[in-house]
Amino acid sequence: MPTINVDKYRLFEELGQQFTADEFQELCFDFGIELDGDTEEDPSRPKDQAPELAIEIPANRYDMLCFEGIALHLNIFRGKHATPNYRLLDIPESKMQSITVKKETAKVRPYVAGAILRNLKFTEDTYQSFIALQDKLHQNLARQRTLVSIGTHDLDTIKGPFTYEALPPKDINFMPLNQTKKMDGAELMSFYESDKHLSRYLHIIRDKPVYPAIFDANRVVCSLPPIINGDHSKITLNTTNVFIEITATDQTKLDIVCNIMVAMFSKYCEEQFTIEPVKIISDHNNTTRVTPSLATRAMDVEVDYINQCCGLEESPESICKFLSKMAYKAEPSKDPKFVTVSVPPTRADVLHACDVMEDVAIGYGFNNLPRSSPNKSATIGKPLIVNKLSDIVRNECAMSGWLEVMPLILCSHEENFGWLNRVDDGKTAIKLANPKSVEYQVVRTSLLPGLLKTLRENKSVRLPLQIFEVSEVAFKEESQERKARNERRWAAAFYGKTSGFEVVHGLLDRVLSMLRVAFITHEGGLEGKDIDFEVKQNPSKSDGYWIEEINEPTFFNGRAAAIYLRLGGKVQRIGEIGVLHPTVLEKYELRYPVSTLEINLEVFL
Amino acid sequence: MAATDATPKDLTHQILYALSEAEPLLSAEAFPQAAFTDLKAALDRLGSREMVKYDTIDREEAILEAEGETIAANGSHEARVFEALRQAVEGLTVQELENTIGDKNVTKVGQSKAFKEKWISRTKDGKFKTARDSIEDVTKEQVQTIRQTRTHPDPKVIADLKKRKLIKTQKVISFKIHKGPKFALEIAKEETDLTADMIASGAWKTAAFKPYNFKALGADQNAGALHPLNKVRSEFRQIFFEMGFEEMPTSQFVESGFWNFDTLFVPQQHPARDLQDTFYISDPKAADKPRPTGPDDTRDYEEVWDNVRQVHENGKFGSIGYRYPWSPEESLRLVLRTHTTAVSAAMLHKLAAQRGKDGRVPPARYFSIDRVFRNESVDATHLAEFHQVEGVIADYGLTLGGLMEFMEIFFGKMGLTDLQFKPAYNPYTEPSMEIFAFHKGLNKLVEIGNSGMFRPEFLESVGLPKDLRVYGWGLSLERPTMIKYGISNIRELLGHKVDLNFIERNPAVRLDKD
Repeated sequence: MPTINVDKYRLFEELGQQFTADEFQELCFDFGIELDGDTEEDPSRPKDQAPELAIEIPANRYDMLCFEGIALHLNIFRGKHATPNYRLLDIPESKMQSITVKKETAKVRPYVAGAILRNLKFTEDTYQSFIALQDKLHQNLARQRTLVSIGTHDLDTIKGPFTYEALPPKDINFMPLNQTKKMDGAELMSFYESDKHLSRYLHIIRDKPVYPAIFDANRVVCSLPPIINGDHSKITLNTTNVFIEITATDQTKLDIVCNIMVAMFSKYCEEQFTIEPVKIISDHNNTTRVTPSLATRAMDVEVDYINQCCGLEESPESICKFLSKMAYKAEPSKDPKFVTVSVPPTRADVLHACDVMEDVAIGYGFNNLPRSSPNKSATIGKPLIVNKLSDIVRNECAMSGWLEVMPLILCSHEENFGWLNRVDDGKTAIKLANPKSVEYQVVRTSLLPGLLKTLRENKSVRLPLQIFEVSEVAFKEESQERKARNERRWAAAFYGKTSGFEVVHGLLDRVLSMLRVAFITHEGGLEGKDIDFEVKQNPSKSDGYWIEEINEPTFFNGRAAAIYLRLGGKVQRIGEIGVLHPTVLEKYELRYPVSTLEINLEVFL
Repeated sequence: MAATDATPKDLTHQILYALSEAEPLLSAEAFPQAAFTDLKAALDRLGSREMVKYDTIDREEAILEAEGETIAANGSHEARVFEALRQAVEGLTVQELENTIGDKNVTKVGQSKAFKEKWISRTKDGKFKTARDSIEDVTKEQVQTIRQTRTHPDPKVIADLKKRKLIKTQKVISFKIHKGPKFALEIAKEETDLTADMIASGAWKTAAFKPYNFKALGADQNAGALHPLNKVRSEFRQIFFEMGFEEMPTSQFVESGFWNFDTLFVPQQHPARDLQDTFYISDPKAADKPRPTGPDDTRDYEEVWDNVRQVHENGKFGSIGYRYPWSPEESLRLVLRTHTTAVSAAMLHKLAAQRGKDGRVPPARYFSIDRVFRNESVDATHLAEFHQVEGVIADYGLTLGGLMEFMEIFFGKMGLTDLQFKPAYNPYTEPSMEIFAFHKGLNKLVEIGNSGMFRPEFLESVGLPKDLRVYGWGLSLERPTMIKYGISNIRELLGHKVDLNFIERNPAVRLDKD
């Protein structure tokens, strides 16, 4: 959520009320913005500076990303202000300023819009707010200028008609804003490479064959979007006629940004809330039009739908009243089942009747809505079987004196493979594309790394340590839609002065016998530990589990076994048990021997 | 059984013998040389056998400083000056006086004090002489008393001498010892425990038993334990079951952008889909288009795919959509699920194919509590992994008031009441409400969860009928656990850095009880 800092005294003046902290907090809460800070009592605030409020704005309210928007909408909500009627000055197209779009722009940044604010008077405060709004729009809706970027100019320093062109970098030569020498597109890229602020936008066009630029009638470069404006046309506190040009890669967002910019600051025009349009001549793709659109959108919304969702029984008239608090113009339609809502050009977030319905609920007050029973129909609770199975194993382990741990599911490639003396065959592990740290390179394919790291971080705890985890690992799986599958596992580790192999083995026996699986020895055929184990026809083919020595580099030679399970006649290897190899211990910085077991639990489902 | 046998045996015997002669026995008098720790150990040993009882006496003792010792031996400075002058009948000059006494400092201090006391006077020729026949050296007597008794009957004297830095005081603990109920001169052999042998032999009938120390902790159980976070999880599951919820299958860490974002009507340029926020998968490469999960799955996945594309690109189901070119490639990128709502989306799609007895899609309640992943920079409150608690209610005629009422019941089971609801924004719910509760410990409203009604763009895309409304809400499992147990760093709760002692000792979770 974007946070906007506003001058507290100015805002309260604009709202016409001196709020107490609680009162203002409550207003924000009811409206759905969040008061995040108030520097009034902050001892570090310089005496000559007015206190600031930090206000968090929900991500969809682009029309509240500046002081003007916040003040306006809070005033409308409080019934102190009507929704402004933004309108375009009536100028024949032939006399309009124009931007002619060259077809090469399609290769780099295809869309442009323009608008002019006439006879506007900036103060220091409004000027700063004007700059800050551009910045907030660039950061949020415009996704760091990739989608949209805004250039503002003193119209009295340049002369239309304008052109929007895309030229090879060498052919664009101008003095960038606040610089003292001219440079071409290529020089500009290296000049701003180390600039803290602008360097992060260079990538957007850097490697393109052509760079976009706005020229005036005298070939003055107004801007090189999305990087920087020209110094020639820069706006100052004294600028009275502002030319706004906006370029974009996304047509919808271009229009939103254009409408918001002019709507917020047309307030300061001599003729309030009027905007001089600009004709965009774009014959190559048949999108010649006049901007900004400032179109209000009419929607017919069902009264019943609103009332039912909100649990209300309000008349169309009263619904319209609630909507007017949220900056809509709404009136009962001829058909009494509907209200006709006109969505102001600034409310680009309203996509569906549900958005209107929510605003009725906010206008009414969420916390005032009548409560009703949520229990319309009876449903039956049901646990997931694999979780029930896991709970049995978890409880048995804990009852046997083992501690449950919850390490992370992501780990480094080394922890998952190399440190366990395992080799990545490239077919098993899911790898992450953009981790911020090596700790998150792969999705674990074994529970062991997490257990061993937990032991490593708990060396000061009294020995022996007996820990377990029941959780999931994941594997690549081509046959699945999502190319991956999870597997529910159970693992345990013993850390002490002796290897503890028999302790871990005992835990395996205990848990499996609780799952009604008997231990089978090779020679004896069967040594049923389970009280109700039934010997079927052939004891050597009966259900049960056994362990068989293996030689795998994760484990110490002669101290490891695979765990086999025969269920319903089907034999599968379900895991391993063993004393870890000393080289594994060394990698995990463990000084004492460790025995582990790890099995797939899903076979018991 | 804390008694120790490390004290010298003879001290315990000495105490017993001394006590047989005189009771009560003051340790400071009877054993002035014994070290405190030895004495205490011996008394505890006897006390645990009820052979003696004792009280502790705290006492201030006065001890002579070096100057005090000199005065005790040679007399006060002024007395020494007087004595020197008394012996020299003709009186002495300052220099002669100093030579006689042999200490410049004593001479100086003593002479001025003696003047003040009017013991001496000055002759016309500047010599000193005695002004009276005899004096009484009070200071000397006082310090001598203190040297012998380590105190003085007059507290004012102690205060005065202390001020003059002749003595210092220190706290001394001694004991007043009485005979106990089992007093004897010899320490009898006492059994510490009732054993099987004693029962078999009947020896228990005559054996003397050492009293049990009821103040000590019992033996360590080497107990196993479930993880605190899982204990809280289990409480939440219980609450869901009580309210008729079915657990969703969440064994799927990897999701496609389609299920994790697009279906939920999260636009492809949404910041949540940034590399900064979401873990993308480099291997395997990309998901398949949504398709049947098996031969029994007859749902039309192509329709869902088209619905989602259209609702984003051009709008559908009464929505104008986001109006941007929707990219199938972006949709098929694989991610680690950023929320379990991806699973809810698939479940609601499945629900849309079901029919109840009335021929309509049946109402349903689903929940899950499982791991989700965010590409966050790790700090005290953020990990790249955490657990999401998620609930979904699909039914006809649901209202916002019903959602709030449900939340009151749900959180009420955790002892959280008087909820407040704040309008919020979430791309897949509208209306969206943040849920706040008053936290007594923090003395403020804290956000405890997010909730809302899923957007029609999502619900109708997966094929649910228009009049079926769906509540969704979520919260992290970690946050309420951290608030409950006053944990400020999430790494102390989840991951390999968690202290095993914390896991072992963490009490049972009783969310309904504070």
